[in-house]
This record gives sequence, structure tokens and C-alpha cells, in this order.
Amino acid sequence: MSQLIELKNGAASIITDGWTLVNLPASQVEERKQAGKVVLFKLTGEQTVTEEQISGTAIPATGKIILPLSVFLANRNALQTRITNGEVGIWLATHEVLEELANAVADLNALPIIAIFVERFADGRIFSLGNLLRTRYGYKNTLRSFGDVLRDQLFFQKRSGFDQFVIRADRSANDAIASLNDFSAPYQGAVDEPQPVFRRYNRGA
Amino acid sequence: MYKYDKIDQQIIDERVAQYRDQVRRYLAKELTDDEFRPLRLQNGLYIQRHAPMLRIAVPYGLLSSTQLRKLGNIAKQYDKGYGHFSTRQNLQLNWPKLEDTPDILAELASVEMHAVQTSGNCIRNITTDQFAGVAPDEVVDPRAIAEIMRQWSTFHPEFALLPRKFKIAVSGTKQDRAIVQAHDIGLEFYKDAQNNIAIKVWVGGGLGRTPILGTVIREHLEWRHALTYCEAIIRVYNLHGRRDNAYKARIKILVKALGIDEFRRQVDAEWVYLKDGPNTITEAELARVDQYFEPMPYETLPVNDAGFDAAISSNPAFAAWAKRCVHPHKQPGYRAVTLSLKPHGKPPGDITSEQMHVVADLADQYSFGELRSSHEQNLILADVKLADLFTVWEKARAAGLATPNIGLLTDIICCPGGDFCSLANAKSIPIAEAIQLQFDNLDYLHDIGDIELNISGCMNACGHHHVGHIGILGVDKDGSEWYQVTIGGKQGNDASIGAVIGPSFSAEEMPCVVKKLIDVYLIQRTDGEHFIDTVRRVGIEPFKTHVYAK
Repeated sequence: MSQLIELKNGAASIITDGWTLVNLPASQVEERKQAGKVVLFKLTGEQTVTEEQISGTAIPATGKIILPLSVFLANRNALQTRITNGEVGIWLATHEVLEELANAVADLNALPIIAIFVERFADGRIFSLGNLLRTRYGYKNTLRSFGDVLRDQLFFQKRSGFDQFVIRADRSANDAIASLNDFSAPYQGAVDEPQPVFRRYNRGA
Repeated sequence: MYKYDKIDQQIIDERVAQYRDQVRRYLAKELTDDEFRPLRLQNGLYIQRHAPMLRIAVPYGLLSSTQLRKLGNIAKQYDKGYGHFSTRQNLQLNWPKLEDTPDILAELASVEMHAVQTSGNCIRNITTDQFAGVAPDEVVDPRAIAEIMRQWSTFHPEFALLPRKFKIAVSGTKQDRAIVQAHDIGLEFYKDAQNNIAIKVWVGGGLGRTPILGTVIREHLEWRHALTYCEAIIRVYNLHGRRDNAYKARIKILVKALGIDEFRRQVDAEWVYLKDGPNTITEAELARVDQYFEPMPYETLPVNDAGFDAAISSNPAFAAWAKRCVHPHKQPGYRAVTLSLKPHGKPPGDITSEQMHVVADLADQYSFGELRSSHEQNLILADVKLADLFTVWEKARAAGLATPNIGLLTDIICCPGGDFCSLANAKSIPIAEAIQLQFDNLDYLHDIGDIELNISGCMNACGHHHVGHIGILGVDKDGSEWYQVTIGGKQGNDASIGAVIGPSFSAEEMPCVVKKLIDVYLIQRTDGEHFIDTVRRVGIEPFKTHVYAK
């Protein structure tokens, strides 16, 4: 059973994933502590990917692939044909900054898919990243969330411009679909509906 | 006050359904404790020492009598027959059952109430001056914009999971009563040179572990940009706030780290893209919401009332109450009344179901059916005729709601503390009660005069101890409860953070410590000088010396 929900023209369905997500090889990450507690979130802009990881990433020779941003940037010349053929997307984590992506890729819409990895449910940076990609950077193609994605984030992710959601493997994607429509008429303007309620309706008084 | 239309009601009804399903999934073990936590918190539900605690939103502190009766009934049916008004103007129930909370929310929704975003790492209930709309020193009534901001912040998708909680206060008076400088964002409304409504924006204030007063990020913001400008601030915070350390995650730490100039630069860089966008408030929307906050249908009354004057001169108890609990009003012949939730020897801010019904009846009979909660944890009838004050006093007194101590030493601001809260290091309510009993002499209290005493059971500072003239903080030392004392804190336009006077004290010592601080003040004060002014003039040394003298 696929875990991938796609939202298309307002309708959500579970679809087969045509993309292969390429991961970085695991690195030795030492546990860090702050104020006696294990640090759960990486700082925005923190460099977490090593050269060894980038060079050690196994890129499948064929098929549609979603590469870590760092691996994509290191291999873009070699991958030019596949990029032109629309077979290469990128993913980045919530602590990575969009400026790096925007500076490196002149036309983001050359990428058929951008995925954002949310390591922990409580990391709300994903919403700002989605919003910025859609509004500031004019990204029009598929925007996917994956990682610690559970149904109660979906409504917010949808409103922040995401249209594909990979539900965490131990939860039902089927059940999760319902939460995309938790609220039918939100107050504030956001990516999916830029007009706030007071511009959409005549609320009289 | 604001009334829901179909859209507001639908959102709140859908919230009840969403939350009901979240509780169902949690009880069915489809959600782990860790996964349920952020969900229940955003609905004001804490798991406390004895039972869950449910924090019900009272947006900008405004309630109707119908709503208060409903709260009274809920407290009776689902709790132990009382509730607690918090320093964010909200109402907390200390003993609801988790299984009942969806039904409680459904009951609340039936009177246009909810518990949305009363906790968790999101934009919290927006607070304001309890005298909004009636205060003589008011320049702009901030309630319409507060309501517009309530709607905007409700389930704002981009800011659903911030690094830490986010508190906004609005104020439109000459004398700030909303502590705008102690908030993540403080919006101070004023009329600019063109007589348009403008906002001075403060950012990066907050109490808690690292108390910092806010800094002005923008001197002049047109009211229509309130939402987009806040979005720019909160976006910078959402992306760059310290998520690695919960103790450094508030926006104040980011503002301090970047410096206000760099922070402002980043905010302005974001705002370029948001300014004049769809979330810009329209004239029509402001006018629509403003209609709900128009002045009450006041009668034209003389400035004085003979009956009131006679009662003042013949009844010292009434006069004492009127002196402390009755406040000036914009409209001639009207007054605002504070009903004290600080009777001596009871938990500050607590109110029983029966009292809630009494207050609702008083509101209906004497104050246009509305009332307010204050961040000082009292209730206010904002629009009482001078001629009705004596009757209101008699009825309030019969219900234990007329302690004439507003603004006095026993009007203690106090968090629930270690008796209820699982975050607390120490109990706070018994300290408050002990101090109230130590000073249970009205003449003496009136002689001491205006003073604010704030108690927090831990450094999260729900009792706002940093801005108390006397602040008491519960601390844990090797597993036992101790109390650290600060003096010289103050809310208002000239807000300040109190200074620690020295090593902490045991609970038993506290009433005596406060007594000694007061003794120093009484010796040192000049004519008409309040405690805080004496502290500011003479410094903390004389107080320190006396308190720690062997």
C-alpha cells in the first residue's frame, strides 16, 4: 500500500510513487545536548552534510530520482540529460535555507518535484518553506512533504502550498486524507487560498 | 462585543470535531503521548499533577453574561465547581477528565467560545487592557483589531508550530495596562499627526526564564498593515528561532542575538513581499468588526449622583470599596467596577460556579450583559451607573466579590503553582494566602497604598513576578521549595524588571519578609510616594539590609 497522498484540483487520492527518494549515507552524528536535554532540532543554516556523504551517495543509474540538494548540486553537470528529461527532483531538510537552492538553480520550475524532509512533527519551519517556495520563488510543480508527516499537519501543509504528502510508514494514509479538510473556510489568506475570509465573503454585520 | 457569524461558528464547530477525533485516536492508542502532546496543548489541555488542566480562551478578556453562566455550569458539571482566571485573561479548569474535554468544547462552542491556541508553540490568546472602550485615557479602542487578529491567528497555517509560544498584547491608552513591553509582540495604538490610527510595534519582550523588555521595531505602522507586518516578524522567527534549546527559543533571544537593527532589516526584507498583500486589513472589515465595539447605549446622566455621594459619606465600608474597586469612565455618570477575586486567604483568581452566576446576573442588571477579565485576575463590570454602585456593592459583597483591595498588597497576582501545575518548582497559592492573612487589616493596607505583588511558582513566570513591585519566584533547591524575592519591577509605560534582593527564603519566612519590605517603605517614603517610587528613589540596599539583618 502506498503512503503517498496527492492533492489534485482539490481532490485527494493515494497514488503510486513514481519517484525514488535518494538518501545520504548515514553519518556519525554525535548526540548534542543543550541545557541538559538532547538537541532534537537542527539550527537553520547549520551545515550537516559532509563531503564524504555527498561523494558516497549512490545515485540510481535510471529512473526518476529525488536527490538531496547537496548531492544534486555536486552532480548537476553529470546529470544534465536526466535533468532536461525531467527525471531529477531535489529534497531538502527543514533546517536548510532556500537561498542556497535559489542561487544555484536559476529556474526552479526546471525541477519537476521539490520535497521537504521534516524530521520531527513539531518542526513548523516546513510551513514557511512551502509558503516561500510557492510565493517568493514562484515554484509551480510538485511540492512534497515526507518524514515525520502525520495527518494533523496536513491541513497546514496543504495551506502552505504542498500537494503531495508521504504519511509516515506506520500510519494509515487512507485515514489521513480526511484531515486535509479539517476546516472548510479558513480565516486568513495563505498559499492555497490567498484571500482572507473578509475578502472572500461579504460578512455583513 | 463581537458576535459569531456562520463562518466563525463553522470554524469552531469543525475544531470540536477535529479535537474529538484526536482524543479518540489517542485513547485508541493511534497517537502516542508524544504525538498527542502538541495537539492537546494547542487546545489548552495540560496533563497536570492531579488531573488534566483545560485553559479556555477569553479573547482579549471580554465575556458575555451568557458565556460566564456557561462557564459556571461547565465548572459544576465537569469540574469541582470552580475555575481560575489566569494572567492571560483566560479561565482554567483544574480537574476535568480527558474523556470529557471534547464535550466541554462542544458546550463552549454553543456560546461562541473555545480553547484554541491557549497553549502550545503557537500564537496565543491576544490580551489587552481590561478597561478597553471605557477608559478615560484611551486614544484608540484596540478591540476591533484584536478580534481581527484573533481570527487571523486562529489556525494560521504558517505559524502552527513555532519554536515556542508567541504572545501578543494590544493597547490603545496613554497609560499602558496591557504590559505591551513584556510580550513577543506588543502593539501600541495611537493617533498619528494626520489623526489616523497608527501602531507603535514592540518586539522581543517576555518574562519567563530570561526576562527582557521589548524594543520598538517600528514607530509608525498604519493599522491596515497589522497582520502582514506581524507575519513578517513571525516568519523570521519561525525560520530562525532557536529550536535546539527550549530555553532559548522565544523570539526575545533571537532579537537579542541579532540585535534590533539586524532583526528589523530581516523583517523589512520579508515585509516587502507581504505588504499590501491580501491579508492587508480593509476599511470594510475594520468597519464591520468595529460595529460590535461601539459604545453601549448609555443614558445621559449628570456627573454626580446624590445617592452615591450620601452612601460614600455615611458608609465607610462602601467608601473603602469605592476607593479601590471603582474606576473612572469615559461616559459621565458611569463607572467601571472591579470585582475582586482576591479575598484574603483564598487562591487568587479563583471563582466558584455560584459566583459566576452572581457576576452574570450583575452584568445583566447593571452593565449591559458584559464583563471583562483582567490580567490581574479580577473581573470587571465596565459600564455601571453611579446610582447603581451601592446596590452592586451590596450584592457583590454578599457573594464575597467585594474585597476592597484592588491595587493593594493583597490583590496578589499569582499562578496556580505547585498545588496544580506540574511545571512548578514550588507552591504559590499558600504563599499568597499567608501574605494576605499577614496583612488582613484594611486600614493598614490602605495606608500602604498602591503596590503590586506577583508570585510565580517557577521561572516560566505565569505570575509575572518580574514586573511586580515585589516579585516572588518559587525555586527548587535540593528538592525543597524556596522563594526568591525581587523588588522594583513595574508594568506600564515605564516598565522595569525587578532586581533580586539576595538569597531565597523558606515558605514560612515569606510573610515576614514582605512585612520587612513594607516597613522599610513606610519609613523611607515621602508624602504620597508609592512603594515602587520609593524603591526607584532609594534603591534596593535599604530593603536588602533590613530584610537580611541578623
